[in-house]
Amino acid sequence: MRYLPLTQADRREMLGVIGAKSVDDLFRDVPERARRDGFVDLPRRQGELEVERALTKMAAKNVSADSVPFFIGGGAYRHHVPSVVDHLIQRSEFLTSYTPYQPEITQGTLQYLFEFQTQVALLTGMDVANASMYDGSTACAEAVLMAHRVTKRKKAVLSGTLHPHYRAVVENLCEAGGDPVEALAPALPGKTEDIIARIADDTSCVVVQTPSYFGELIDLRAIADAAHAKGALLIAVVPEIVSLGLVTPPGEMGADIVVGEGQSIGNGLNFGGPYVGLFATRTKYVRQMPGRLCGQTVDAEGKRGFVLTLSTREQHIRREKATSNICTNSGLCALAFTIHLSLLGEDGFKRLARINHANAVKLGSALSGVAGVELLNDAFFNEFTIRLPKSATAVVDALADKGVLGGLPASRLIPGNATLDNLLIVASTEINTDQDRADFVAALKEVL
Amino acid sequence: MSEIRFTDQHEWVRVEGDVATVGITDYAQEQLGDVVYVELPEVGKTIAQGDEAAVVESVKAASEVYAPVSGEVVEVNGDLEAAPGGVNEDAMGKGWFVKLKLSDKSELSKLMDEDAYKSFVEGLA
Amino acid sequence: MSGMNNQGRPTAAGEASSGSFETYTGNKGLRLEEPLIFELDNPGATGVDLDEPEGYEPKLGAFEREARIGLPGMSEPDVMRHYVRLSRKNYSIDAGLYPLGSCTMKHNPRLNEKMARLPGFADVHPLQPQKTVQGALELMDTLAHWLKELTGMPAVAMSPKAGAHGELCGMMAIRAALVARGEGDKRTRILVPESAHGTNPATAALLQYKVDAIPATADGRVDLAAFKAKLGPDVAAIMLTNPNTCGLFERDIIEIADAVHEAGAYFYCDGANFNAIVGRVRPGDLGVDAMHINLHKTFSTPHGGGGPGAGPVVLSEALAPFAPLPYVVHGADGFRLVETEGEAKADGSHPFGRMVAFHGQMGMFVRAMAYMMSHGSDGLKQVAEDAVLNANYVLASLKDYLSAPFEGPCMHEALFDDRFLKGTGVETLDFAKAMIDEGYHPMTMYFPLVVHGALLIEPTETESKHTLDQFIGTLKHLAQAAKGNDKSRFTGAPHFAPRHRLDETLAARNPVLRWQAETPKQAAE
Repeated sequence: MRYLPLTQADRREMLGVIGAKSVDDLFRDVPERARRDGFVDLPRRQGELEVERALTKMAAKNVSADSVPFFIGGGAYRHHVPSVVDHLIQRSEFLTSYTPYQPEITQGTLQYLFEFQTQVALLTGMDVANASMYDGSTACAEAVLMAHRVTKRKKAVLSGTLHPHYRAVVENLCEAGGDPVEALAPALPGKTEDIIARIADDTSCVVVQTPSYFGELIDLRAIADAAHAKGALLIAVVPEIVSLGLVTPPGEMGADIVVGEGQSIGNGLNFGGPYVGLFATRTKYVRQMPGRLCGQTVDAEGKRGFVLTLSTREQHIRREKATSNICTNSGLCALAFTIHLSLLGEDGFKRLARINHANAVKLGSALSGVAGVELLNDAFFNEFTIRLPKSATAVVDALADKGVLGGLPASRLIPGNATLDNLLIVASTEINTDQDRADFVAALKEVL
Repeated sequence: MSEIRFTDQHEWVRVEGDVATVGITDYAQEQLGDVVYVELPEVGKTIAQGDEAAVVESVKAASEVYAPVSGEVVEVNGDLEAAPGGVNEDAMGKGWFVKLKLSDKSELSKLMDEDAYKSFVEGLA
Repeated sequence: MSGMNNQGRPTAAGEASSGSFETYTGNKGLRLEEPLIFELDNPGATGVDLDEPEGYEPKLGAFEREARIGLPGMSEPDVMRHYVRLSRKNYSIDAGLYPLGSCTMKHNPRLNEKMARLPGFADVHPLQPQKTVQGALELMDTLAHWLKELTGMPAVAMSPKAGAHGELCGMMAIRAALVARGEGDKRTRILVPESAHGTNPATAALLQYKVDAIPATADGRVDLAAFKAKLGPDVAAIMLTNPNTCGLFERDIIEIADAVHEAGAYFYCDGANFNAIVGRVRPGDLGVDAMHINLHKTFSTPHGGGGPGAGPVVLSEALAPFAPLPYVVHGADGFRLVETEGEAKADGSHPFGRMVAFHGQMGMFVRAMAYMMSHGSDGLKQVAEDAVLNANYVLASLKDYLSAPFEGPCMHEALFDDRFLKGTGVETLDFAKAMIDEGYHPMTMYFPLVVHGALLIEPTETESKHTLDQFIGTLKHLAQAAKGNDKSRFTGAPHFAPRHRLDETLAARNPVLRWQAETPKQAAE
């Protein structure tokens, strides 16, 4: 078998050194009841060619985003990733390297993590960032737990701007810890949510997403002030990190913790994962941060180097007193993020953001020109919500039959709420062309 | 005349009048390695004997420091915030953690004296 | 004569020099020093060509970002060079053996990478209409089937993003089952062996359980009598690793499982060491109720410098109804993703909630699937056998040179302790750092905590006998050298890596977690 180097001659010789007659001897501690002859009931080994054929056939049953006009967002966004990124992350020394616990021989990994942390802090307008988390939703839940530790309170208030999956993940994690969560109703664009009234003396944190699930840009300043007045923290959630190339970052609006999804930079859609969670906060809270942290130091010769640090917060040392049970970060996805952002640079990143917004504005304008379609948002980045004259789910289904992936029905993630049935959340990034927009409008007219 | 007492968790306590100064022993700091951070309680907090009084972190470990005696925190060693290495340099003296106003002097009698602690540590090796 | 070349270029090798001088750049031939991207800023440079958009009115409200972000400008050639130079400071499995216990650092097949990049898998959005992603759902369902067959378990939760996340998922399922039985408040204690990985008690604590440690016997396994004595009506579960973190198979595991079930509790198994038994032993046959599987360990998905991983959790009949959202169902009209509580209830399920946004680590599913299909059930059985053979070969070859706390055989990893270094002045850490100079990544050190100065070696099945012999020879040599007079070889190690030993104390005392631009005042000083 191509991945197994031992030959029969090797095995015989090694058994001789070990002093065992056969490999079965080495499994003698397995209880009788659990021993089985033969092989598990699954197909036998295959060569590369056969595996390729089978998986290519399976993949071909999917409609890939590059093959049709594509307008779906909802927390994962299709952007163009330059060729250099995928090429670099496939280098052996990045792809097949282990966690940098031996810093002397992993300065490559540690240095890019330090660069990543700096980039995330700069984008979010915060002091420090960690070396990434699994994704935006788990970063959000971990931020809530961190707020509980900092404020020594237990109650989280979740804005109706929050992505429904993120809300569910927070609720699940808080329920495990016995901590109460107050989640507001979905915050439709055009209506100001009265979240400030819900902040009380027992509130540990307020969680607000911008751009919201419905694409609306939210002013966090008043919410931050109100939270701070009651001794609570503001956690800002950014699902589309490219927005920070054009929009005021939460760090400048009073956020205490900023979490986000970094998938938009360097990472493809991948049907939901792997993604890369971003987590940033103020210096004073650094010892309460979950996840890995990379820090600068010097070696025995006085040369600058980098190491994982503040590890005593983590599970392998604190065990039951750890800040969380996290073991991995999103390593290679964080590298892809860092490389892509390095290619973009200050000017490129800002221009990319402007292109995204411009495309969304043009699309919004074109769609609201269709009879019966109403654009709900006042201020948005690259995603907005339109109200249709009929069920958004039915419309999206029909659009798919016409070869257009035209957005996300709001009710898909918030079922059982009739007010959302006709709402369609539409995203547009730099990948969309004039032709895409024209195709979408034409198909929508036919379907309505 | 201040007398020193020890716990089997490697804390020491020195009493002068009704104020007890608490720290970790030289053996403890050596086991911990370089101390990188110390988390001290708030002044005014009441702590019972055996409760967590502070946390001391090194690169490889984080340990709770337990109160050898009950009392109210009247002072904490602010120097350790900027220079946690003070615990390694002089654990028995300048590396003290907290000062407590004793609530029950009789608790001291349950603790080891210097000789008893010395034998205890030798037994651990 | 014609064609005379009178350039006078020397062609003999000449004399070797000591090479101990400082170069101007700080580089030493191909060993390069590399600044941070922020120190390479070329303002105005960019690595992408984007046209400025025109013909639109911004709809940003009052939210336009004004100030500079502070990102450096670099061209494509500069970015390429920077990251290539960084990569060359890294050790990797493609370049050498990683003897890391419980990490299962096996070869990462490149077919996996090719398959994961098929547009039909890589370029699909999780929230596309389900009829447009039937192939993606089919892959998830197929992988789930393989995991269930290999483990002998009826259900699997696919969404956890890493091993520790999977542990959390499995324990949440157990908690949900106990609550459904009306025993959620009554059962508050979790039994965990002293030798457990730190994630186990950390996970239990997150769920507000009290952790009660079970001691080990002299032969490195769970003390059955002590364990039974700790069982009671307030126990929610036991969290066991099998093979355990000492690399040994828990012989009494079925008896333990039976006792746990009799006490009304559940059996969580940490699947980190599944590589030792895959294809040969099924955890379902051992009485396991929930087990996470690290796809980045047993199933070869790459470690990527620390992630991403994936930690699907196989579940018993008792726990299956509580599996979290979402899950894939295979019906008459194709594959369906169940994403909401309402749909789950209609199926008769009671998911405890949701672990993560979207559906799971699809990119890692594709890689693991390609790996499994390549090996087949016969190949996977061979994987376990070769992994165990390799570890025993290492143990047998080294037990007289290092010190092994437990008499063999071991499973897929061999445990040593630091008794062989006693009196030498060389610590486990120094010994490990000296391995770096010999061109090896050190083995797992100081874990498990049940022996002193532990050295845990897991070669995996993708190491050849030749590689193992070299490795064994090196450790024998180092063990011998530790007893000699030259301690600095060890205490000053590594001498030949891109960096010498780094000051971790400084990093923790004065955390510098990002680059900062110098203020003009600082620059002037």
